Amino acid sequence: MSQVNYDPDVIVDSRDATCPGPLMDLIGKVKSAESGALLELRTTDEGSKNDVPDWIDKAGHELLETVDQGDYWSIYVEKS
Amino acid sequence: MSTKICVVGGGSGGTIVANRLAEKLRPELESGEAEIIVLNDKPEQIYKPATLYMAFGRSELSEVKRPVEDLLDPGVDFRQKKAVSIDPESKQLGLESGETCNYDCAVLTTGSKLDMAGIPGLKEAGHHFYGPDGSEELREELANFESGHLVVSVMGVPHMCPVAPMEFSFLADDWFRTRGLRDEVEITYTYPVNDIFGLDTVANWARPLMEERDINIETFFNPEEVDSSEKVIHTVEGTEMEFDLLVAIPPHKGAELVKSADLGEGEWIETDKHTLEATRAKDVYAIGDAADVPTSKAGSVAHYESGVVADRIASQARGRTPSARYDGKTVCFIDGVDGNKATFLQFKYGEEPDLPEESKLIHWAKHSYNEAYWLTAKGLL
Ligand SMILES: Cc1cc2nc3c(=O)[nH]c(=O)nc-3n(C[C@H](O)[C@H](O)[C@H](O)COP(=O)(O)OP(=O)(O)OC[C@H]3O[C@@H](n4cnc5c(N)ncnc54)[C@H](O)[C@@H]3O)c2cc1C
Repeated sequence: MSQVNYDPDVIVDSRDATCPGPLMDLIGKVKSAESGALLELRTTDEGSKNDVPDWIDKAGHELLETVDQGDYWSIYVEKS
Repeated sequence: MSTKICVVGGGSGGTIVANRLAEKLRPELESGEAEIIVLNDKPEQIYKPATLYMAFGRSELSEVKRPVEDLLDPGVDFRQKKAVSIDPESKQLGLESGETCNYDCAVLTTGSKLDMAGIPGLKEAGHHFYGPDGSEELREELANFESGHLVVSVMGVPHMCPVAPMEFSFLADDWFRTRGLRDEVEITYTYPVNDIFGLDTVANWARPLMEERDINIETFFNPEEVDSSEKVIHTVEGTEMEFDLLVAIPPHKGAELVKSADLGEGEWIETDKHTLEATRAKDVYAIGDAADVPTSKAGSVAHYESGVVADRIASQARGRTPSARYDGKTVCFIDGVDGNKATFLQFKYGEEPDLPEESKLIHWAKHSYNEAYWLTAKGLL
């Protein structure tokens, strides 16, 4: 569990989608989000824990936290 | 009581499922206890895999299309109509002509469409080989391209035939090599995620082959806009790339009725991956590119799914419990290495495929299949 209570502007629910689904879902939503928006990507795909942060870094957004929710992960991102 | 089955879409999945159903329900069709209707918005079916070869002058428009009616069993009723809505409550399809079509069971096989407008500037500056018109135009471009930067860019996933952009890159490499122009032409392949393909085994097979052939690789590349006057692609990642010839795999979208009837979250129909039933609409099945099952948008998938759905509907029509299930079987050839070598991948849900070494034999197997495709559409293979 996270210590922070995030209040995302956009929730991208990609649970059960396999690679590269979750990342592509996130990219689509980041494209249309406002600058400064907080997005939460929900994923059950283990690979997302690496490729999503790598992409966030390359695209210059900010990775706030990856939270293990038990049966899925929440990756919180702030659009630059 | 008669069972009325309505198949929306007369592409690969639509014709195969209708023909399989006709075969299974022959006695019921003859006695009037069953009726099979296929609706397709155009008179012809396009065999899309051949459009890759059209761009290189290896296949002709006349070879890639056939009248849908000629592909259907005589027991199937073909109507050239576009479905614009579906109401699962009243079990009724709304047609563009203003008519309606009632059904007891519907199979949605509306495929996927290219969304050239999805990326500003793409329509003006980009080319593609994902349909006959695009391939005809690209063929002219390639025939006259003697130097410069060719960019093969996957602009969104999911897209039809995930391996086709790689095949195109290999074929382009061979095309310019055999013309003695390879030193004059730089080729770059771009992909949205951090590898060149979604499946590791395929990426690991293709990467060294691309590197050996001097095909540049650019990953995490998600085009946001194409500047058609400057010939530059701008990406979501903030990078840019200049090109002289842009061959795009444009973003894809599904049929409008998927959205209007809320059959899925986005473009594709939410579908049970084993039973192929649309999860948001009773007595509706979804097969082929239109369904959101977790495998490739490939003709082989539409083909295998058709067998499962025909079996299930025939069981239901006879008052039995349907038991056929789709296990995710997918087969894709990857052709074009050095112009005439291919490999193939075969997998089921959750499996990573093994790839045999590329060979001329597999290349000819793919082309034999392409030649025989119209027999598959007729349900004979
Ligand atoms: C360049 C390229 C290469 C490919 N190579 C391969 C390959 O090597 N191997 C492979 O397995 N697959 C390949 N594919 C993918 C394959 O062609 C598709 O996955 C396959 O055609 C999907 O079949 P479908 O029936 O779902 O859709 P389609 O074959 O696209 O048929 C859909 C049909 O529905 C009709 N339609 C759409 N909306 C409506 C509506 N509202 N009302 C009525 N009719 C409607 C359309 O006109 C069309 O006829 C390739 C695709 C491309 C573009």
